[in-house]
Amino acid sequence: MSAVNSLDFFDIDSLLDDEERMIRDSVGRFVDDRALPLIAECFDQGRFPAELIPEIAELGLLGSSLEGYGCAGLNAVSYGLICQELERGDSGLRSFVSVQSSLCMYPIHAFGSEAQRERWLPAMARGEVIGCFGLTEPHGGSDPANMKTHARRDGDDWILNGAKMWITNGTIADIAIVWARTDDGIQGFIVEKDFPGYEARDVHHKMSLRASITSELYFDNVRVPEANRLPGVSGLKGPLSCLSQARFGICWGPLGAAVACLKEVLDYTADRVLFKRPLSANQAVQVRLADMARRLASGQLLALQLGRLKDSGRIKPAQISMAKWNNVRLALDIARDCRDLLGGSGITLEYVAIRHMLNLESVITYEGTETIHQLVVGRELTGHNAF
Amino acid sequence: MKILVPIKRVVDYNVRVRVKSDGSGVETEGVKMSINPFDEIALEEALRIRERGEAEEVIVASIGGTDVQQQLRTGLAMGADRAIHVETETAPQPLTVARILLKLIERESPGIVFLGKQAIDDDCNQTAQMLAALWDRPQATFASRVELADGKATVAREVDAGLETIEIELPAVMSSDLRLNEPRFVKLPDIMKAKRKPLDVIAIADLGVEQGAGFEMLAFEPPPKRGGGKVVGSVAELVDELKNRGLL
Repeated sequence: MSAVNSLDFFDIDSLLDDEERMIRDSVGRFVDDRALPLIAECFDQGRFPAELIPEIAELGLLGSSLEGYGCAGLNAVSYGLICQELERGDSGLRSFVSVQSSLCMYPIHAFGSEAQRERWLPAMARGEVIGCFGLTEPHGGSDPANMKTHARRDGDDWILNGAKMWITNGTIADIAIVWARTDDGIQGFIVEKDFPGYEARDVHHKMSLRASITSELYFDNVRVPEANRLPGVSGLKGPLSCLSQARFGICWGPLGAAVACLKEVLDYTADRVLFKRPLSANQAVQVRLADMARRLASGQLLALQLGRLKDSGRIKPAQISMAKWNNVRLALDIARDCRDLLGGSGITLEYVAIRHMLNLESVITYEGTETIHQLVVGRELTGHNAF
Repeated sequence: MKILVPIKRVVDYNVRVRVKSDGSGVETEGVKMSINPFDEIALEEALRIRERGEAEEVIVASIGGTDVQQQLRTGLAMGADRAIHVETETAPQPLTVARILLKLIERESPGIVFLGKQAIDDDCNQTAQMLAALWDRPQATFASRVELADGKATVAREVDAGLETIEIELPAVMSSDLRLNEPRFVKLPDIMKAKRKPLDVIAIADLGVEQGAGFEMLAFEPPPKRGGGKVVGSVAELVDELKNRGLL
């Protein structure tokens, strides 16, 4: 009897092509060899493992789906697999790559001038310039149309004022892609870290994404040259199109976290003997394991189809919303249940479940909360905007 | 100089190996397969030799069904210049592998054939030695360090007593030990480039190799399950137990 792979119940592997498989395996190996040995310690210390950036860049993970400018030009499924493998390590690692690739390099590639692309993209692909993305503001993230940050023309420059909140990579970023209200609608600006009046501060006392940098950005009369405005877009569709790119990756990433949790708990319940039998020989445990495998398998199929839709140019934002909602929810539920099945061990960082569980509390909140995505799907079904 | 690196497709070293329920072999269906780790180390060493300018071309070769092309593509993505797939549906044993490789040597005239010291599936550790004998050239097995100069190789070998350093004339056969190097991660742009590198397929019949089974596999069984331990009360009791079992 040929056994089913517990962590790939429907043999998604066979639906990938050789390149996609190689990409997944190469990133997976990097995560196993370089990230996993240090990530629990980083989480404990509340430290982002910046020492991994050069290798992440050398592997080609930054801006991997962009064409040209030193980027690999991979398809969407490959980008998804990269996110999945990175998040099997830690959501913080995946967040770093999501932000650099989808939220910073993507808008420069899509909306930037040729000069901006040539100035920033190759250095960002090499990991020499790190970016962060400023959209969310302190008064609330789910209503970006109500942004307060604004820029006004002053001769050839712009004067930027406002604040941004929950910004991944903020204090290590060399540039910030900042979205601000102007007389001509919402526009994107490349703010360089040494511009006077610009300041980034870390958010402390986080219980989630502890191996990732989260910051607040402040703009106090920051003078930004016109050459740093992204000329190719105005209006909310600019930042929202970036979010669609990043959310696509987030449909895949949490599957990696779920795989890590389920794998660990399958081994744990097989080895741990209580009442003279392995934990896994109990009906109550098996039902829970089976339910986790079911959720994971359905999420994997959904992610792959989402990727194929994106690669064929037919993807719709509502599909990304449903997949983000479904896959982050299933991963969070799996992580919580794994945490519980591990008993007392599950509350320590010796096991991965509690770290993933806590991380996923951020993942279910950022890039559109679960509720926001439910309402996007609801609007698609009914035609009524209920935000 | 060319370096020929034969690579074998094996069950990935992270996979918990399962014996098929009928005992006819090890389960490979739906199981992650990889380049044999020792072969990957051999390939890494060949690439470093080429990158130092001491070789011009690195060729990876594998013997088996169409599936082995996945491992050949990985080898190309690591940096090999081209690949040769010798196609056969039967799994050849070391002597047949050595004979096939000798045919490839006749075609390619490599300066070094660099193999892994053994494959992690059957652990034969025979192909390199047999190939050197058939080719009638020197061999340096269990290589832990390799330096090339003036048509010769100085190789530190891992032997039971430590390291033994030998000098051999090229062309020669080498086999890698675990500590020779740490293979690189495959870079994603190189995976895309590997698609365009040449991969030649040769039917095994076209090589005119005599294929004989040196041995026959009779049965596979998993190792016996580990028995329960025993808790002893004191050091004295522990020493007694060890003595009783002839371990002290």
